[in-house]
Amino acid sequence: MSDVVKETVSDAVDIVKDHADDVHEHDVHAGDEGHDEHGAAHPTSLGLSNVKLAMWLFLGSECLLFGGLISTYMLYRNRHSEDVGPDQLWDIPFTSASSFVLLMSSLTMVLAVSAVNRKDQRNTKLWMIVTALLGGLFLAGQIYEFTTFYREGLGYTESLFASAFYTLTGFHGVHVAVGIIMLLATMAMIAKNKIAMSKQPETVEMVGLYWHFVDVVWIIIFTLVYLIPA
Amino acid sequence: MAIIERPATETLAPAETDTGDVVTATSSYGYLKRPVESTGWRSWVFTVDHKKIGIMYGVVAMFFFVVGGLEAVLIRLQLAQPDGTVLSADKYNQMFTMHATTMVFLFVMPMAAAFANYMIPLQIGARDVAFPRMNALSLWLFVGGGIFLNSSWFLGGAADGGWFMYAPNSDVPFSPTNGVDFWALGLQITGIASLVGAVNLIVTVLNMRAPGMSLMKMPIFSWMALVTQFLLLFAMPVITVALFLLMFQRSFDATFFTVEEGADPLLWQHLFWIFGHPEVYIIVLPSFGILSEVLPVFSKKPLFGYPFVVFSGAAIGFVGWGVWAHHMFASGLGPVSVAVFSVATMAIAVPTGVKIINWTLTMWGGKLRFTTAMLFGIGLVVQFTIGGLSGVTHSVAPSDTQQTDTYYIVAHFHYVLFGGAVLGLFAGLYYWWPKVFGKCLNETWGKWNFWLMIIGMNLTFGPQHIIGLQGQPRRMYVWTEARAGEGFFNLGFWNLVSTIGTFILAVGVLLFLINALVIHRRQPAAPLDPWDARSLEWLTTSPPKPHNFDRTPTVHALDEVFHRKYEDIGEGDDHEYVKRATLEELVEEEERNADAHIHLPAPSYWPLILAIAIPVMAYGIIYTTWLIAIGAAIAILALFGWALEPADAEDSDFDPPASGDETSKELVNV
Repeated sequence: MSDVVKETVSDAVDIVKDHADDVHEHDVHAGDEGHDEHGAAHPTSLGLSNVKLAMWLFLGSECLLFGGLISTYMLYRNRHSEDVGPDQLWDIPFTSASSFVLLMSSLTMVLAVSAVNRKDQRNTKLWMIVTALLGGLFLAGQIYEFTTFYREGLGYTESLFASAFYTLTGFHGVHVAVGIIMLLATMAMIAKNKIAMSKQPETVEMVGLYWHFVDVVWIIIFTLVYLIPA
Repeated sequence: MAIIERPATETLAPAETDTGDVVTATSSYGYLKRPVESTGWRSWVFTVDHKKIGIMYGVVAMFFFVVGGLEAVLIRLQLAQPDGTVLSADKYNQMFTMHATTMVFLFVMPMAAAFANYMIPLQIGARDVAFPRMNALSLWLFVGGGIFLNSSWFLGGAADGGWFMYAPNSDVPFSPTNGVDFWALGLQITGIASLVGAVNLIVTVLNMRAPGMSLMKMPIFSWMALVTQFLLLFAMPVITVALFLLMFQRSFDATFFTVEEGADPLLWQHLFWIFGHPEVYIIVLPSFGILSEVLPVFSKKPLFGYPFVVFSGAAIGFVGWGVWAHHMFASGLGPVSVAVFSVATMAIAVPTGVKIINWTLTMWGGKLRFTTAMLFGIGLVVQFTIGGLSGVTHSVAPSDTQQTDTYYIVAHFHYVLFGGAVLGLFAGLYYWWPKVFGKCLNETWGKWNFWLMIIGMNLTFGPQHIIGLQGQPRRMYVWTEARAGEGFFNLGFWNLVSTIGTFILAVGVLLFLINALVIHRRQPAAPLDPWDARSLEWLTTSPPKPHNFDRTPTVHALDEVFHRKYEDIGEGDDHEYVKRATLEELVEEEERNADAHIHLPAPSYWPLILAIAIPVMAYGIIYTTWLIAIGAAIAILALFGWALEPADAEDSDFDPPASGDETSKELVNV
């Protein structure tokens, strides 16, 4: 396994170095200059593939979605009853552990992207499954946490704090769930050869971009919601 | 529908053969054979062609314009006389809420999207947008959202909280019907449409420009549409959050807006206006772009200060994010906030003023031709300036406190929205009609259309300044004779004038509809270059071929088509242009040098199926849970069908050409 990791790291370095040449063919041929006599010319005006640009734009938009939800939480985080607030509910060691699980899933996601760039289908599938499992473990932790909080008296309609907390972390959880579905679906499509070999690196990379974004959002949520005292 | 190169022999070996696996993605993508019709209704509803999608956007938006206009007529009939009895208080609330919602979300935004969809690929020299199927999804989500929203009229009453739907006023105790639920979910659906469209069009503009077209050689409409799409990209998620909070509040008893629990009524206002203020620029910037195309053509001069128009547009896009609280001056924000937002609001008038100066100087010294499109353009400059000036009076907070919630506000935003956005859209309709349909609209009818609309709008909205400053509140379903005042400022007189103006305006719009639907049929075919146009969308046939350009154009200059038609024989800074080619000759030349390999994206069922699934889920949220499950199941099916379907049609999707000519580019209908 350590060989795989070493190989992966050196590969990742190469990938970053070669990134300028790393242009993938985009979705549709309309308006595509890839067919002209120069053939190898950049198919897009920016030299960045359409799919990747679209994913970045979408993630930019998502920033404001979470921005709105986080603002709502920050506004309402002190508005709860005396006995059911963060001080009584938070179990920082537990949530730290589940946060660690989610962050590790970003590492395994990077390994999957690296493997697919090496055209190593076996490890691509392996690391995607591990990523999905870690994501699933995080979600299980969140469900456990929600159940515990509910038992301790924090219903969704209990207080402003409760509504804002469940909505913010719930939205994040839904994003993780969607990411898991994307991982498993992409993995199944790769396994069944439904994605052309030449498009696989980009497809996995797109899932990776989304996955890392969801992780970064969790870092912000974990810091603002759990670590900084109200 | 698509014209696709048919490879003479099967030489399309998979690019990667390392594993020895043949990729089978194309052979099974679900249970549906791909639609390939090029005629009939199927060629429209399953299309991914940006031109057809643009036309459908325009038709549906125009329909909602008529709906919203009828709602406006009812509002004005109610207020024509003291103690009006046309509408009940409840119906009146629904009427003004839906009038605004319809006009903003279902007319102006999609109409601008119609122009952006149709014109952006043509203006930047592309064959389609970056993600054609997502484009179709945008269209059908907008249609689905619009129908969903308006179905509330027949299902217990429409939303009644005003278009900004302040919570907690829109919470269940104050608005017990399902109207607000329909409103929140309907806007959520059209919001997805806008977001998908924004991602798609930004990628298109940034990534699919023809060779040589740098951003600063790009036609100005594409620029303004690009800024608009960025505003949409970042503004839609904020209203999405607000709408989710409202939905959770109403449907799941969340407490976000429950004041007894200590909720802050300003939360909704902030979230809404952080979206809402960029929204007003989303509404007006496309029209600014259209105007900046129309004025140079009919002044026979290049746009004065092109970079200034571009950068002032971008500046509006940025500063537009820092002025939202000027909608909330009366809510007690505190002196510092009020002062900051007041100054920022005055500042945003500057880039707008820059544009007005550019437009004026574009016309200055030009050979003006007063076609209908030009008249609408000049109308925009004049009317928008009036609206802009009354807007500056709002930026002065003490003055605004007097004006808040009066008809003066109504007067202001109709001058900027109708006088700015709508007149610009009509200028675009008259200007680009021959490009889209190959026939000009009738100019005589067009001029009647213009003058009736201009007179009508000034009679309708002009008096509302007076009504408002006299203190008549907006959103009140009656006014009383006892407080109407005396003499020149009598509310009764000006309310009546305003209502009469509405009917003149309505006749003006009716003339447009007759012109477009009836008179247009009898018009002769338009020449290829009816206006002596300047930008790249004219370098093709009218209407354009499915693949837009026979040869991907190479761009050398801003106003590419003008520079291909005219040669500069002046010396030094002395420019003298003589015509060296007609557009007919240029297009013929393009046809002679047509590209051999043209791949077009193929139609698909999945965008439509996905767009139907989402309103089904929305009905489920309001009525029963199992409908959510059905909708979600269809949506998941559609998502996977979409993901597994290749973007391009395969050879095997088509019947062989009847002629037996294997290299024929024309595909038969199936």
